Amino acid sequence: MQQEIVQTEPAGRLIEGGHTYESITHKIGSVVLSYKHPRAWYIVTAIAAVGVFTLITSIAWLLLRGVGIWGINQPVGWGFAIINFVWWIGIGHAGTLISAILLLLRQQWRTSINRFAEAMTIFAVMCAGMFPLLHVGRPWVAYWLLPIPNWTGAWPQFRSPLIWDVFAVTTYFTVSLLFWFTGLIPDFATLRDRAKKRIAQVIFGVLAMGWRNSAKHWHRYDAAYLLLAGLSTPLVVSVHSIVSLDFAVSLIPGWHTTIFPPYFVAGAIYSGFAMVLTLVIPIRAWYKMQDFLTMKHLDWMAKIMLATGLIVFYGYIMEMFTAFYSANQYEQYLVANRFFGPYAPYFWALLICNGLIPQVLWSPKVRQNVVLLFIIALIVNVGMWLERFVIVVTSLHRDFLPSSWGMYYPTVWDWGLYLGTIGFFTFMMFLFVRFVPMISIFEMRDLLHQTDRHHPAAATAAATPVAHTEVTP
Amino acid sequence: MSVPLHGIIAEYESAEELLHAARRAREAGYTQMDAYSPFPVHGLSEAIGFEDHKVPWVVFISGVIGAIAGFSLQYYVSVIDYPLNVGGRPFLSWPSFIPVTFETTVLFAAFGAFIGMLALNGLPQPYHPVFNAPRFERASQDRFFLCIEASDPLFDRVKTRQFLENTGARLVSEVEE
Repeated sequence: MQQEIVQTEPAGRLIEGGHTYESITHKIGSVVLSYKHPRAWYIVTAIAAVGVFTLITSIAWLLLRGVGIWGINQPVGWGFAIINFVWWIGIGHAGTLISAILLLLRQQWRTSINRFAEAMTIFAVMCAGMFPLLHVGRPWVAYWLLPIPNWTGAWPQFRSPLIWDVFAVTTYFTVSLLFWFTGLIPDFATLRDRAKKRIAQVIFGVLAMGWRNSAKHWHRYDAAYLLLAGLSTPLVVSVHSIVSLDFAVSLIPGWHTTIFPPYFVAGAIYSGFAMVLTLVIPIRAWYKMQDFLTMKHLDWMAKIMLATGLIVFYGYIMEMFTAFYSANQYEQYLVANRFFGPYAPYFWALLICNGLIPQVLWSPKVRQNVVLLFIIALIVNVGMWLERFVIVVTSLHRDFLPSSWGMYYPTVWDWGLYLGTIGFFTFMMFLFVRFVPMISIFEMRDLLHQTDRHHPAAATAAATPVAHTEVTP
Repeated sequence: MSVPLHGIIAEYESAEELLHAARRAREAGYTQMDAYSPFPVHGLSEAIGFEDHKVPWVVFISGVIGAIAGFSLQYYVSVIDYPLNVGGRPFLSWPSFIPVTFETTVLFAAFGAFIGMLALNGLPQPYHPVFNAPRFERASQDRFFLCIEASDPLFDRVKTRQFLENTGARLVSEVEE
């Protein structure tokens, strides 16, 4: 009997375990409303808090002493700040892809992970934003980046990709936040109605703003939500394209190429899915969310990771080919320098992490193995960081004139700030899991309703296999 | 009873029951009603005779304002207030103004969607009489409600109640204003 079910529907269902509206609401909502949390939550949050203190210390020392405490120099003026900025922004992109693009493509499986991925976007962009602000050296005058009339009488240079970046990243952050909050309003209403404690009722009541699940509300809500998704879709593509133009508009060997925008966007989605998997796999186990975050979800995320990873790898090959085909000695030297120069170990590690190891995801057995998936996701995270390291450092440290060549070594403060943002990110993600429903409750009810309609017997757990073979009218 | 009524509300167990009841209420001639469901039910707003396409227009207009604002800002800065000759390029080098114009368009349109949706829905709204209905907290969890409002010309305390009871409702109750 059990085997027959597996055979008739090999991929499994999006919601397992015979849930009802009430049980879904209880399962997700009670994480927020209860005081019982897995011990792992306390341990990880405590470790992440240490990271937050590291971040605060690194920033404080930086503000006291200036960017000289970092490893940046001439010729490598960008260093960790830009590497980490690009890395974090990229991680954010999977959130928008899942929440917006998959919504427009009517991919129902996005429902279990969109809330989580959007939260990831917001916190990743917060981390990303810190780096360029601190890198400007005097963050207290960072408002000069914005078109605010000030005593200098100068305005931003709108022909520069760096200013486009300011607009792209702030817009991206704001729109992601609006999208996330819009998705949360009905869930806040659910929590308001379920809360037993006065304080929770008041807080969620204020956040829900009087949402009453009226059909009239839903009618406008659906329109607004879909439009926000439609707006976020080109936005997310524009953000990493503009980030890549920071490089591509310059004349530095290895940066001045037209493949950068699509290659950066693919890399962003690649690293973003890796980060979603890195976070979802442990949290799903600790909070026992396997019914909603099924193996099917992990399988599909792994497949997207594999596909985008191949696009990124194509980008690497194309970079080498362009260098060869351009007959430009500086471009050719750059490729040789990446393979055999002082930073060659980073480049080889990048090829192994991003190109070679993820190929095991072709095997369904690997995609069904949670531990292996987690390890591969971590490796891809590292690989994408190495990619940004290679792009930033190898291009800058040896450009046109050997007299201006140099080396870049990150200092303890570079690492402190970087690890600090990882701590901050983890800390915020775990607070999010604690205080906000980590899965969109109303969309899960909707999904249950739809799958019930398509598979009439699905709501009853031990459904007969015959019922599953019914085709959607 | 001296307390004025907001309407009479009926509770259902499934979205299909609610849709069915809403359609019947429309057929019976009721016009002032609202339905409540824990997730957006496809076709429910049509069933209660409600249609509103203002949100897309608000978004479109906000987007246009954003585009104009973004481009004019750059025009003012680069051509009028702070013209900089960079390698002999024209002050109005419009192709390089496109990215920022795009971003402001999206930013304004997104605010339009968010604020427009809330404002048209009348939110934030601290008080609404429908919350007085018994068991209404389950509208955000697992139950479906149809409320025929007292402002309806056909509304009659007894007849409307009887009508709703005949639509397969689990519970029918009066909602005080």
